[in-house]
Formats: sequence, C-alpha cells, structure tokens
Amino acid sequence: MDKLSNKQLALTAAKARFLGVTMVYEAASGHPGGSMSCMDVLTTLYFDEMNVDPKDAKNPDRDRFVMSKGHCSPALYPVLALRGFFPVEDLKMFRRIDGHMSGHVEMKYVNGVDMSTGSLGQGISTAVGMAMGAKLKGQDYRVYSILGDGEVAEGQVWEAMMAAAKYKLDNLCAIVDVNGLQIDGRTEDVMPTEPLDKKFESFGAHVIKADGHDFDSIKAAFAEARTVKGQPTVILAKTVKGKGISFMENQAGWHGKAPNAAQYAQAKAELEAKIAELEG
Amino acid sequence: MAEKIATRNAYGEALAELGNKYPEVLCFDADLAGATMSKTFWDAHPDRFFDMGIAEGDMQGVAAGLATCGFKPFTNTFAMFAAGRSWEQVRNSICYPGLNVKVVGSHGGLSVGEDGATHQCIEDFALMRVIPGMTVLCPCDANEMRQAVEALINYDGPAYMRLGRLAVEVVTDAIPGYKFELGKGAQLRDGKDVTLIANGIMVQMALKAADLLAAEGIDARVIDMHTIKPLDEEIVRKAAEETGAIVVSEEHNVIGGLGAAVAEFCSENCPVPVVKHGVNDEFGRSGPAPAVLELYGLSPEVMAEKAKKAIALKK
Repeated sequence: MDKLSNKQLALTAAKARFLGVTMVYEAASGHPGGSMSCMDVLTTLYFDEMNVDPKDAKNPDRDRFVMSKGHCSPALYPVLALRGFFPVEDLKMFRRIDGHMSGHVEMKYVNGVDMSTGSLGQGISTAVGMAMGAKLKGQDYRVYSILGDGEVAEGQVWEAMMAAAKYKLDNLCAIVDVNGLQIDGRTEDVMPTEPLDKKFESFGAHVIKADGHDFDSIKAAFAEARTVKGQPTVILAKTVKGKGISFMENQAGWHGKAPNAAQYAQAKAELEAKIAELEG
Repeated sequence: MAEKIATRNAYGEALAELGNKYPEVLCFDADLAGATMSKTFWDAHPDRFFDMGIAEGDMQGVAAGLATCGFKPFTNTFAMFAAGRSWEQVRNSICYPGLNVKVVGSHGGLSVGEDGATHQCIEDFALMRVIPGMTVLCPCDANEMRQAVEALINYDGPAYMRLGRLAVEVVTDAIPGYKFELGKGAQLRDGKDVTLIANGIMVQMALKAADLLAAEGIDARVIDMHTIKPLDEEIVRKAAEETGAIVVSEEHNVIGGLGAAVAEFCSENCPVPVVKHGVNDEFGRSGPAPAVLELYGLSPEVMAEKAKKAIALKK
C-alpha cells in the first residue's frame, strides 16, 4: 500500500469517524467518545505504521494490534473496514442480535481483529504475550495496543508493564489515549492517574508524548518507538474525547451514549463537511 | 503399600518430559514454581519458562497472547489464585476467545493443611466449571496425571486442572484396562448397590470406603471422575440405572462442584438419590492436612455413611 499523505490520513479518519458514529446511532448504543479520541492514532497505525495485509489477515509475520480499551469498537471496526478487512456494509451488523459484530471488540467473528477485549486492563497483557511470541520465534513483527487513561487505573496494566520491561519487549508499543475523561467524569477527579510519564518511565518504559490529533506528531512518535532497544515504548497521546463532533468534544457524557436523530444529523453534517473539505 | 506421589510432582515431571516432544509448550508461574512444581519444567527448558511474578491476572493474559501465536501455554499458581484471583482474566482473555491455554491450579482443597483457609481453595471446580466452554480436570494420582498432561497438550482449547499438594497412593496403575481419556470417567471397581463417584484425593478414599462397605455386605461401584467438565454423562447414567444411588465425593464445597454437576445431570435425566460428600459450605482451617480432612469429614468412613444414606433414599 502506498503511504498516505497527512491530508489523506485526515480524510480516512474523518470517514472512520462518520462510520463509527453511524454504527452507534443505528445500534442506538455504543461508545462514541473514546472512539473519536483515538481515531487519528488508529488510522495512522493501520494506514501508515503497521505491516498488515487484509488479504492475509492471519499472516504470522504481521504486526498485531490490541484494542485494550475494548469498548472502542466504533473506532477499530470502521478502520478495519476502510483498510479492506471486511465490507463497510458489515458495520450495520454492530450490536445486532442477528449480527456478528459484538459491542466490544471481538476476534472470532470480525476479520482483522487480533484479540477480543472489553474488560479493561486485560488487553495490554495479551499484547505483552504477542510481543514475547515474536521474541521466542525470532520474528520481527511489532505489537501495538491502545489503552485509555482511565483504564490505567487497573492494576493489571502495571503488572503488564513490569513484564514488558522484564522481557525487554522493544517490539511493544502501547499508546495511552489521554483524553482526560472517563464514565464518571474527569480522570483527575475519578482516580488521578497522572503523572503518566513518570509512572510509565519508572515501570521501565520509554515514554514519548504526542499530539494524538496531529499526524506528524503521531508518525514521529511511532518512528521514535522503532528506534528504542531493550525496553517497551509508551506513547502518551494527548487527545480530545469526542473529537470531530462538536457537541461530543470534551464531554464525559458521550462516553457510552448514542446520539438521537437530531444529534446524529448534526454529527453527520459536521463530518460530511469535513470529508468534503478534505476531498476538495 | 503402593507408591505415594503428589499429583503436583507427577505433573511437573510429566510436563518437563513432554516438553521435549512438544516444543510449542510454554510454562508460566507466578512466583510459586518450587511449590507448583513447574520448576521441573523450568530446569529442563529454561528458555520456555517464564516467571511472571506475583501477578496472576497478567500471567493469564500473557499466556492468552502467546496462544494466539500458536504456542501451548501452561500457567501455574495455587488453585486459589488461578481460579480465584485471575478468574476474570481466565474468563475474558482465555475462554471467551477460546484460546489454547491450560490453567493449572496447584494446592487445591483443604489438604493444603497448615496454610489455612486463604490458601485452601474449595471453590475452583465451581468457578471454572461455570465458564462456558471450559474443561475442568482433577486427576487422582501420578499415573493418571501423566496421561492427563499429554491429553491436555493435545486438546486444543481452554482447560483448568487442579493439582494436589499431598503425596497420594498410585491406584490407577493397578486397575486392569485403565486408560485415561479426557471427558471419560474411569470405573475402578464394579458394584451394584451404590456408586461412589470421586475425583482427586477422594478417589483413593472411595476405594477404601468401598472396602468398608463390602465388609457390611454393600457392593459399591467406584468411578474416578477426573474430568469434571465435560461430565461423562454415559457413565453417570449407567451408574444411576444399574446401582440406583450415587454418592459424589470431592475435596470441594458441596456447592457447585462435581457433586452439583452429577446431581444436575441426574435430576433431568435419570433421577436417583445423589448424596454429596465434600466441604459443607464453610471455610477450612489450619492444621496438618490429615487432621483438617478428618475434621471436615473428608474420610472413607464418612463417605461410607453417605453411601448408606443414599441407599436408604432409594425407593
């Protein structure tokens, strides 16, 4: 696949946001807030950074991705669809009793998903296992995982980081989607997790700060991560929850709520305008 | 007197030996390798052993990740922390995606002894059995354990296996025609008046209970139900039809374990008295293992009494 320009990445992310919010609207349930916040990072992963092939989704040498914040299926599923892992029409099956697309990210029935997730804190451990697998088999694939900044309150995240440091998993790159909000409110109020940089550094990771909505910043962070030897990388991606849909931005209430018809119409109009602008 | 070996020792030796034959087998522990006996594998295959520290949840998740890469991971810790502490990681990271991880819980039951209730897991069969698609095992002796380990290596899917701390008599090697088969109970002794179904250390006790009953003219069948799930329904149905009364004995709470599984099956398919013999919904306590087992009624004598109760319920 030819590399995309930043403008093409932005266009892809805007299309993914539109598909994601549409999925949630049509299912009348789902998690738009955190899906919108990590969409630019995820788009960069699948369209610029990761070595994956939709025609050979189980290739043992492929790079892996684990959506540790597994409720962000409205981010991952649209990106996988746009990347060609399955038809965009499949997204209509999201959360439907007669569909195959479960509410949380699911590997058994959705092509291209490397790990089923949903229970917070668990995905990053499985990513550690995949990274260990590459070391054991002498393969050079890389493993990426997106976590929420609320999710890092789970003790298992730190258990996983200790293991990643112990086994010198420089093929592991975790990205924390630092949108500052979680279900019950601001992360600094619910359970303060900062200073994330010092915490992850003290657990043995190489920490990179990035702007999670700036493609140059995201690409530079991934490039730097590739140069790190003997330790895992954690990218702290500063983001805006609900990014790209004005009334959802920076609102904790949009963590796990579907828009009504009027709200969806507004979201659609905003994202279509963005797509038109980027296509123009 | 038959040889006495703890199933944990037999497990460690079997896994280490089979590690030569199966290079995709990996072994994990959470800082208890010398007790769970995963250390035997560690010594033999240091490049395929991983001490994950006192972080059981992470250990299960890491194993799940490696299973997606084609490895066959065995995770080891005490039953309490495998089935208890990391229950949800086992459910969501291993069982829900159907990954090929073998979760091994050593030191199951009251026979942990002196360490007391916090380490005496009497809930693991219930906790693991209730997860959809999970296979649950508790072999009774070294001979059976060796065969169970290889069967688990060749079984593609999640499974839980309990190991015991105590050295126990090897009994299955003396049974003519005995062969371990995953999901199939082994009849160790025939009988027509009552059936004693047991697993783990209660199998040896069931053979002794059958002797006690024989002295009173009661002919007891003994079934070693090493696989708790999936339950061997045919052997249970046959026992119900041919002996008309069943006692299920396990080193586990009487709630939720093998006794419950047998009672659930019989009540819907072949209703006969099913009397449960186990820990009566209470925590254990510290003490030498034989004394703890005796105090909680886990003995051949109490099992024989339960058999008479089951026979009296036949009508």
